[in-house]
Amino acid sequence: MAEFTLPANSVVKQGKLFKAAAGATNIKRFVVYRYDPDSGENPRTDTYEVDLDTCGPMVLDALLKIKDEMDATLSLRRSCREGICGSCSMNIDGGNTLACTQSISGIKGDVKVYPLPHQPVVKDLVSDLTNFYAQYASVEPWMKTDTATPPDRERLQSREDREKLDGLYECILCACCSTACPSYWWNSDRYLGPAALLNAYRWIVDSRDEAAGERLDDLEDPFKLYRCHTIMNCAKVCPKSLNPAQAIAETKKLLVQRKI
Amino acid sequence: MSNSNHPTSPHLQIYRLPLTALLSITHRITGVILTFGCLLLVWILAAAADSAEAYQAIEPHLGSWYGQIFLLGFIFSLYLHFCNGVRHLFWDVGYGFELEVVDITAKLAIAMAVILTIATWVVAGVA
Repeated sequence: MAEFTLPANSVVKQGKLFKAAAGATNIKRFVVYRYDPDSGENPRTDTYEVDLDTCGPMVLDALLKIKDEMDATLSLRRSCREGICGSCSMNIDGGNTLACTQSISGIKGDVKVYPLPHQPVVKDLVSDLTNFYAQYASVEPWMKTDTATPPDRERLQSREDREKLDGLYECILCACCSTACPSYWWNSDRYLGPAALLNAYRWIVDSRDEAAGERLDDLEDPFKLYRCHTIMNCAKVCPKSLNPAQAIAETKKLLVQRKI
Repeated sequence: MSNSNHPTSPHLQIYRLPLTALLSITHRITGVILTFGCLLLVWILAAAADSAEAYQAIEPHLGSWYGQIFLLGFIFSLYLHFCNGVRHLFWDVGYGFELEVVDITAKLAIAMAVILTIATWVVAGVA
């Protein structure tokens, strides 16, 4: 059942203010969600005054500057810092995105940074994505075949068939889309969410895969697939400009087409 | 996700819902309004079919400020739900998912609903 408010242990309190060094002139305030599992206290938002004159251009630069110079207790995931690993996904300025590809200058006013929405928080900006990964695994994202591989060559694919995977294979599993989806917020225990469904479709339309029928059987469920109501938040936030909503619609079409 | 002591991260509290999402929830709300509005509509029609006295008993309510608000709200809900429903039909056959297009069709559905509501109100008022 959908709960529109936060449970008592999740209500966010006002936290501390970390002032910039004296003499800083180009200050931007970063309001950052903090949760310390060892304290037993509720989450809070700490405010950091960051001197942009000594900071890189992206939100991730500012978060790492905060961690390095102002408050070493801040926890976040990051790796590639160029939008390909999907580690630094979080909610910035009210929308999900990658901190490494979100420019600070693109945000008016204070920069509000929260973990991915409606997820269990491990610490600060680190959310527990166990369920998200399990859902990805549940669509069996690998090639399944009945026929034997040709003895003298690989399984070939025409140029046209390969093009069907464009806009699908690029998914980096950052979870921006799924955790932006209100349907996923209310039903993540049964609805697979846009990321897993986009990846399911990626294998359904792969000409080399021979399990499309089974894959569709598995998705034909009131919750797994059909909780998508085309709210479009997924496509709006995808940092790789993919369109999970369209992949879901194409999956629904295939389910209808095979009945007629 | 309540299987541990982990807090749940904020969602509706902090998310800046885009127009498409706001129209989506409005579509659902107008659907609910139409469901209950239809009951009232049946009540009005049943009274009109029953007798002049029965209709006269509810007629002052329809002319009152709250009756007018209900009628206006019902008509607008009907048109918005209808126009956005057309949008859903296109989606169901696989069209109109591009990011620019979803924004244009969202604004179009709202504009059409407003125009049709005003047109209906004017025509019904004149008739």
